[in-house]
Amino acid sequence: MSRDVGLFVAAFLATAVEGVEAVTIVLAAGLARGWRSALAGSAAGLLALAVAVAALGPAVSALPIDALRLVVGALLLIFGLQWLRKAILRAGGFRPLHDEDAVFAAELAAARAAGRRSGGIDAYGFAISFKGVLLEGLEVVFIVLAFGTNQHDVPLAAVAAAAALAIVVTAGAVAHAPLSRVPENTIKFAVGVLLTSFGMFWSAEGAGAAWPGGDLAIPALIALMLATSAALVVTLRRRLARATVP
Amino acid sequence: MRTARAFLAFLYDFLVGDDPLIAAAVVAALAVTAALAAIGVAAWWVPPTAVVAILALSVSSSIPGDARSAPKVDPRR
Repeated sequence: MSRDVGLFVAAFLATAVEGVEAVTIVLAAGLARGWRSALAGSAAGLLALAVAVAALGPAVSALPIDALRLVVGALLLIFGLQWLRKAILRAGGFRPLHDEDAVFAAELAAARAAGRRSGGIDAYGFAISFKGVLLEGLEVVFIVLAFGTNQHDVPLAAVAAAAALAIVVTAGAVAHAPLSRVPENTIKFAVGVLLTSFGMFWSAEGAGAAWPGGDLAIPALIALMLATSAALVVTLRRRLARATVP
Repeated sequence: MRTARAFLAFLYDFLVGDDPLIAAAVVAALAVTAALAAIGVAAWWVPPTAVVAILALSVSSSIPGDARSAPKVDPRR
């Protein structure tokens, strides 16, 4: 049960946060270079992602379960620690918060400065949207496949990702502006905690270790990662406060 | 050749990220876990202990010596 909840929440939140970033890029490309090119680039990006899923999905599923847990768990752990590290540095004040309005302004300025388009599909708008959707989407594909295959429930992970994507794309289309009110750092923090906890659980099992309490170790690992991350944020904030006191 | 190099650079950035210490330490911790499990010693405590240490080390090594000079970062990263 806790594994299914973790699977759904991780896939949903990871897709939501990466979706917000992709929507920001596509919106900037669409407004600056024309919607035809931006939407064509997005569609091509989604197609490339579908090809990646079709190629990687069966290959990952064919791995023996222990090898799968070890390799995929280790990758999830590395991935999760990177997310968590950045989220902690942002929450602690040592890295600027991810500001969708600033990203949108930067992308819009770059798109407007990138020369004029000459009718038909605009190569810059197409390429920026394609890269945005593909690169942000690859992280989602990896998380969905990793959680889905480890729990033998790729459909549940795919449903969670599709639901998050539908909400984010609809919100972006309605607002016609970057979704800057989405608390990206909080979501990345939560996803980082989940990826790290599940990554630890699966990779240790794959390496041959047995968890005391079986699945009950998962909530304990989540609590450990939450406590560790919160302690690091508090330490960073105190250090920053001490440094800025005149 | 350039495409292959770009793909490898992308893979490295995607899987290892901007702190190679994390990837190296995770691999080392799992190797210790597997070695202990192979000789029949309880090894479940290795990954949590290592992960807490790795995270603390990685975060502290990302902070500039002078805490007031927080690095400027491209908002798109």
